[in-house]
Amino acid sequence: MKILVSLKRTADPDNANKVKVAPGGAKIVTDGLEPKVNPFDEYAVETALRLVENGKTRIAGDSVVVASFGPKEATTNIRQSLAMGADSGLLFTTDDESLDGDLVARALAKVVEAQKPDLVILGKQAVDGDSNQVAQVLAETLGWPSATFAMSVNLSADKKTVTVGRQVDGGVVKLILTLPAVISVDLRIVGGKAVTNNVTPAAFAYNDGPRFAPLPMIIKAKTKPIAEAPLASLGVETGLKVRYTGFELPAARKAGIKVKDVAELVERLRTDAKAL
Amino acid sequence: MSKILVIAEISGGRLKKTTHSAINFARAAALPFDILALGKSIGAAVEELRAYGAGSVLAADDALLANYVAEAFVPTVADVAKRGGYTVVVVTASSFGKDLSPRVAVRLGAGLAPDISRVESQGGALVYKRPMYAGNAIGTMQVTTPVQVVSVRQSEFSPAAPSGGSSTVTAVAASPAPNAARVQFVSFEEVKSERPELTEARVVVAGGRSLKSADNFKSVLEPLVDAFGAGMGASRAAVDAGYVPNDLQVGQTGKVVAPQLYVAVGISGAIQHLAGMKNSKVIVAINKDAEAPIFQVADYGLVADLFKAVPELTDAVKQARADR
Ligand SMILES: Cc1cc2nc3c(=O)[nH]c(=O)nc-3n(C[C@H](O)[C@H](O)[C@H](O)COP(=O)(O)OP(=O)(O)OC[C@H]3O[C@@H](n4cnc5c(N)ncnc54)[C@H](O)[C@@H]3O)c2cc1C
Ligand SMILES: Nc1ncnc2c1ncn2[C@@H]1O[C@H](COP(=O)(O)O)[C@@H](O)[C@H]1O
Repeated sequence: MKILVSLKRTADPDNANKVKVAPGGAKIVTDGLEPKVNPFDEYAVETALRLVENGKTRIAGDSVVVASFGPKEATTNIRQSLAMGADSGLLFTTDDESLDGDLVARALAKVVEAQKPDLVILGKQAVDGDSNQVAQVLAETLGWPSATFAMSVNLSADKKTVTVGRQVDGGVVKLILTLPAVISVDLRIVGGKAVTNNVTPAAFAYNDGPRFAPLPMIIKAKTKPIAEAPLASLGVETGLKVRYTGFELPAARKAGIKVKDVAELVERLRTDAKAL
Repeated sequence: MSKILVIAEISGGRLKKTTHSAINFARAAALPFDILALGKSIGAAVEELRAYGAGSVLAADDALLANYVAEAFVPTVADVAKRGGYTVVVVTASSFGKDLSPRVAVRLGAGLAPDISRVESQGGALVYKRPMYAGNAIGTMQVTTPVQVVSVRQSEFSPAAPSGGSSTVTAVAASPAPNAARVQFVSFEEVKSERPELTEARVVVAGGRSLKSADNFKSVLEPLVDAFGAGMGASRAAVDAGYVPNDLQVGQTGKVVAPQLYVAVGISGAIQHLAGMKNSKVIVAINKDAEAPIFQVADYGLVADLFKAVPELTDAVKQARADR
């Protein structure tokens, strides 16, 4: 079993309210925000690892490869996923401004052709652009079966299919995909019992959430290979189909007030807000 | 000549209200439009769609389309769009629209404008605004391909009301879907609720981790929800803890809502939560921590223990409504 995970470096999402806009609205400025692994991609790495493990030990012969498109500095973030347990990394360098989801997906399709994974796992969205499109475009480009917004994944014992629970409006859809396939993961995929592979005993429980890299793994990750090549080496058409012409900050809400008790709250809702 | 194809969202034969926002986009863009309805036994939904001023309602009624599976739907949407020479394909950015739209774009060689909050026509070209960075920045963008695909944020495109027209209905064939053979639909486990849907409710009352249990959601929060006749929402932490179903999560990666009134109960106001509710008309926050970030967006903040304040508020709301 070989799994390819795609990983984007994003400005610290917990401080997204500190982004600024360059004078004239030419671009979004994230200076001072620590570059982190897009949280959904951290979940994608966790999902991949749970599929290639027997509880605490790795299944021999299985592998997890992490691919990223972006600046050279993204090596640091790939290395974080290697410290979680991924085996190797691929970085295709270019500056972030020259990328969009469509291009990333088409480039990823080339990587898939070369790497021949059984499964590609992506985050459902990159929390900077909030586009939510790469997995869909990739699946369509490859003509592979796919399931977006996965909240559960079960790999069959013969490793030929995956049963995916998709978190959609109004409930959960279950699909069975014949591998090779593409999956994008949602938040609930890191629940302790969300990912199963018919190897890890049913009684084994993962902690909720993505794993922390222990120190020995961080040290080991330094010796794991990360191959670097320019994006252009993939031979993909780099023209974009959309053009951003400007950025602005949203209008701030006008400052509210604190009410002293429930009675005042109800009064305000009735008179000022006419909401009762 | 530009014309728009609106993709309707139909589930279990019923037209979903999300569709109204995509129709409203077509009206805002002020271009002629048709509507494509896909599913199995969708006669009633098609009939309903005739009243929105579309030139035609195109109906693909086929067993292949009985349940939404991207691999089955995409070929038909793309073929109808191509044959009809549509220049814009639009769908609401529900989980259905988010899954479908990028794939249709691939088939049409089109650029995608995802999850947009506004459309304007400038010199004949459509210009879009879209929230990014959890709503902390707004990008202005255009699609440069001849055909474009758009998904619209439901909360920013108020539902279109019927305009009384009576569109013609044209049956269209479902296209073969070779990739569908490798995707098997197993089930749709629907979460049913008696309450208004979150994205459509005039009032939303949402609870956080602080409620501490599913039982407290029932016994403490739900009476307030029902006193308002509201939809119920929740923070991610409350959903992850299993207090309420996934479907109730409000935020960057859950539902985006913009009701008349949003009441956040024991929710800290993390960036990802604010992204889903800060465009609400009036925001009330109840939190025992006066420094909680939720107060930065609240019009009315009450610093209090929710276990005391919520029952009081419930009684007061019931009283106020009874007095009306
Ligand atoms: C990739 C990603 C996506 C995310 N997407 C979302 C999303 O879509 N939606 C979302 O909501 N979150 C999302 N989050 C999570 C988010 O960052 C926060 O962790 C979450 O919103 C916190 O939920 P909470 O406010 O209920 O819990 P907490 O942050 O624990 O806050 C609880 C609050 O309750 C107050 N409180 C405690 N007891 C009482 C009491 N008795 N009376 C009154 N107040 C009390 C506390 O003061 C505190 O402010 C996401 C996170 C990530 C990483
Ligand atoms: N520059 C990138 N490098 C690697 N993966 C990416 C990149 N951009 C997007 N992705 C992947 O695509 C997913 C969805 O991103 P998006 O469609 O841009 O919201 C992310 O969670 C990543 O897994």
